[in-house]
Amino acid sequence: MSHYHPHTQADTSAMLTALGLDDTDALFADIPQSVLRKAPLSLPDGLGQMETLAAMEALADQNIRYRLTLRGAGCYDHFIPPLVSQLAGKEEFVTAYTPYQAEISQGILQAIFEYQSLICALTGMDASNAGMYDGASAAAEAAVMCRERNRTVTLVSECAHPDTLAVMRTYAYGTGHEVRVVPANDGHADLAALQTMLTGDVASLYIQQPNFFGILEDVPALFAAAKANGVKCILGANPMTLALMPSGADVGADIVCGDVQPFGIPMAYGGPSAGYLAATAAMLRKLPGRIAGQTTDAQGRRAFVLTLQAREQHIRREKATSNICTNQAHCALTAAAYLTYLGARGLQAVAERCLAHAHAFAQMLCQIDGVTMRHQGEFFHEFVTDLPVAPHRVQAALEAEGILSGLPLAGGMLWCVTEKASLAQLQRAAALVKEACAQ
Amino acid sequence: MNELMLLSIEKSVAGRGSNVIPAPETAAYALPDAFRRKDAPVLPQLAETDVDRHYTALAQRTYGVNCGFYPLGSCTMKYNPAVNEAAAKLPGFTGAHPLAPAHAVQGCHAVMDELAAALCEIAGMDAFTLQPAAGAQGEFFGMLCVKKYHEARGESHRVKMLVPDSAHGTNPASAAIAGFTVVSVPSRADGLVDTQALQALLDDTVAGMMMTNPNTLGLFEKDILAISRMVHKAGGLMYYDGANLNAILGQARPGDMGFDVTHFNLHKTFSTPHGGGGPGSGPVGVKQSLVPYLPTVASLGQPEGLQLKAFSGNFAVLVRALAYLKTLGKESLGDVAAHAVLNANYLMKRLTDAGFTPAIAAPCMHEFVLTLASLKESHGVSALDVAKTLIDYGIHPPTMYFPLIVHEALMFEPTETETRETLDHVADVMIRVLAQAKQNPDAMHTAPHHAVIGRPDDVKAARTPVLHW
Repeated sequence: MSHYHPHTQADTSAMLTALGLDDTDALFADIPQSVLRKAPLSLPDGLGQMETLAAMEALADQNIRYRLTLRGAGCYDHFIPPLVSQLAGKEEFVTAYTPYQAEISQGILQAIFEYQSLICALTGMDASNAGMYDGASAAAEAAVMCRERNRTVTLVSECAHPDTLAVMRTYAYGTGHEVRVVPANDGHADLAALQTMLTGDVASLYIQQPNFFGILEDVPALFAAAKANGVKCILGANPMTLALMPSGADVGADIVCGDVQPFGIPMAYGGPSAGYLAATAAMLRKLPGRIAGQTTDAQGRRAFVLTLQAREQHIRREKATSNICTNQAHCALTAAAYLTYLGARGLQAVAERCLAHAHAFAQMLCQIDGVTMRHQGEFFHEFVTDLPVAPHRVQAALEAEGILSGLPLAGGMLWCVTEKASLAQLQRAAALVKEACAQ
Repeated sequence: MNELMLLSIEKSVAGRGSNVIPAPETAAYALPDAFRRKDAPVLPQLAETDVDRHYTALAQRTYGVNCGFYPLGSCTMKYNPAVNEAAAKLPGFTGAHPLAPAHAVQGCHAVMDELAAALCEIAGMDAFTLQPAAGAQGEFFGMLCVKKYHEARGESHRVKMLVPDSAHGTNPASAAIAGFTVVSVPSRADGLVDTQALQALLDDTVAGMMMTNPNTLGLFEKDILAISRMVHKAGGLMYYDGANLNAILGQARPGDMGFDVTHFNLHKTFSTPHGGGGPGSGPVGVKQSLVPYLPTVASLGQPEGLQLKAFSGNFAVLVRALAYLKTLGKESLGDVAAHAVLNANYLMKRLTDAGFTPAIAAPCMHEFVLTLASLKESHGVSALDVAKTLIDYGIHPPTMYFPLIVHEALMFEPTETETRETLDHVADVMIRVLAQAKQNPDAMHTAPHHAVIGRPDDVKAARTPVLHW
């Protein structure tokens, strides 16, 4: 048994004496007797730290550790440079609170300011907040930003990640607003269907790029249709693709959001990561959450602060449009360190390798009898193939050699290839798929 | 320009950088022009050494719990154990894909099952969801559960959420975005909920009441059983905001006080680090009647149910919390609260003896609030001035100007992980600061004097926002 409260018996006695109390039970005199516990909780006995770590290791060992992950679907196995983990792991970054006290928090505030700058550079937006819970909740809050008195409905493409759609529906349920789903056509958001849905009550359109099936949407066309009907445009972008692909500004987005998990943040069973949320200058005052800004101190020196707080819940209380406090600062800082370390050239190198290897793998798979691309269209590093056998058989075949297959879908598989996969590994994976399909 | 505080982009030199990722082993894929951006994003170009030093310098200008006393009231800035960090970094956890087949992530499931069971026991609740990413998201989820509950009973007319005037700002905000109309419940002079005023607010439009207990004044709501009975009798549900759970951990349970739904902050009570503003984790526990509204673990998209974020929650934070609980075990868990409350009362006693005025002259739980209203009046020294002066003594200021019902408030929460020597040192510093306030108040208006910057111009920051380079 170990613990972290440092008092010796003598300390406790002396402090109780100073308070005129007989024992620590007296500290809880205000709790009704019927509520106060007389016996310890029904929990295990405490462990020494050595035993705790061993117990946690035993739990971690119950997970399969794959040598290669070919599954994405919103969580990506990219290489994490050791320097990034080392810098993010600095204890001051890990243990600090939200930087309310600017004078002794300049480091974390500058890190957030730089994060916002990096997000603006990638998205082409005018302003980024300091971070959201994740990409799905960022999308939900983006929809909130777009609502106006007579325009409250959010349109979401059926090709968005199912979790994003579910989270957007949950947030809309809270405020009693409606989410309508734009149907898919061959793995794309259906432009013709969209055009019939752009009614006067629609506030915003959310398009995910690349979409859940990996396909690259014709975002400029979708957004042009929306804009022509006075509808605000939200782009949900995997930020890794923005190394190569048009920014939100390039495609006419009012808001760009997504998840920075690909930037140096481990998969860790899906969390934590951080959502990013950036917008045009016109929407700046509607951004929820923390925002760091640059100002000066009395001597005119550069200084960073949390700013525009009049938007936030601790000032506006029930009149706030969001209740968010956290900005997942440590994940945002990790993403900033990743981007700062790689630079544009390094980031493009990651993206180009994802792109090239994913396409090479798609080609290998499509040479297998019965394996075909499910959708027509360009993709980045994810794509769906149909399979001639039950997807779980392919999953099992790959797992036997330590490879996590793509995500099984009905009759097919959603594959993801990152820069971590070597050509030899992909060739081996394709051979295993071929064997499984032949059985 | 403050040379120390150059931005990474200002240190950038064209052509610098590290080759981290090898070129593709195949020909580059020719993405059509329509999908290619014309100009590369402008990111810093730095040598690896300079990236290392840049972030090291940022860390050095950041004050963490590892740097010193951090009595930020209501934030529970306790020590973040290293062993928890080691557990969270185990490759078996960090490498787990959230949509891996169930048999491949049994360890993750076991962590979550074990943690949820322990939280149920600690809370006196029947089930927990670990999905909410933070306390505020937990509150939002809890409010949505309350809404679903009333809807299912055909009582959608219950739209009123009662929130004490001492509550954190998130409470009214969370209730509002869940669609409730927030009604403020006044506090009495003794800092506790005014039960007579509460009674007058109870009718068949009440959906529930949100409470923090102990409340934000650090006082245990002694009438809690009566309050729960009153709200239940009116057909409402009771919501427990776990922000101050550290005060009663292992000593009393929200479920036994009549609460139906609660969120805990793993980053407060369960020692997971705050990360400079997240990630945290805000699991929600419910009584049986609300269990149907919890998200299903590890299913992709929940078309019917409630879902707050992608996947199952901030898993790496859950690992840390479980490691903490395993280490403490049932014996030490109750000691956490005892020592947290002992430390708070000891520091309050020393400060009161030295001439400071507590907002409420009564024993506190895990935190206490001073009012500096009389010092402001007599010597013009504000809570802000005192807070900023503490920075020059190497102490993180307490929470300022909260709760809103106290003038010139400073809220101290020492936590259980501080030694008596640290508390004595802080008391001694506060005594010197009080003397300074009476002798040389002017210097305190411009404190801190030894930090990397002086007081920043917040008005300028908001009027002419500079939000990126």
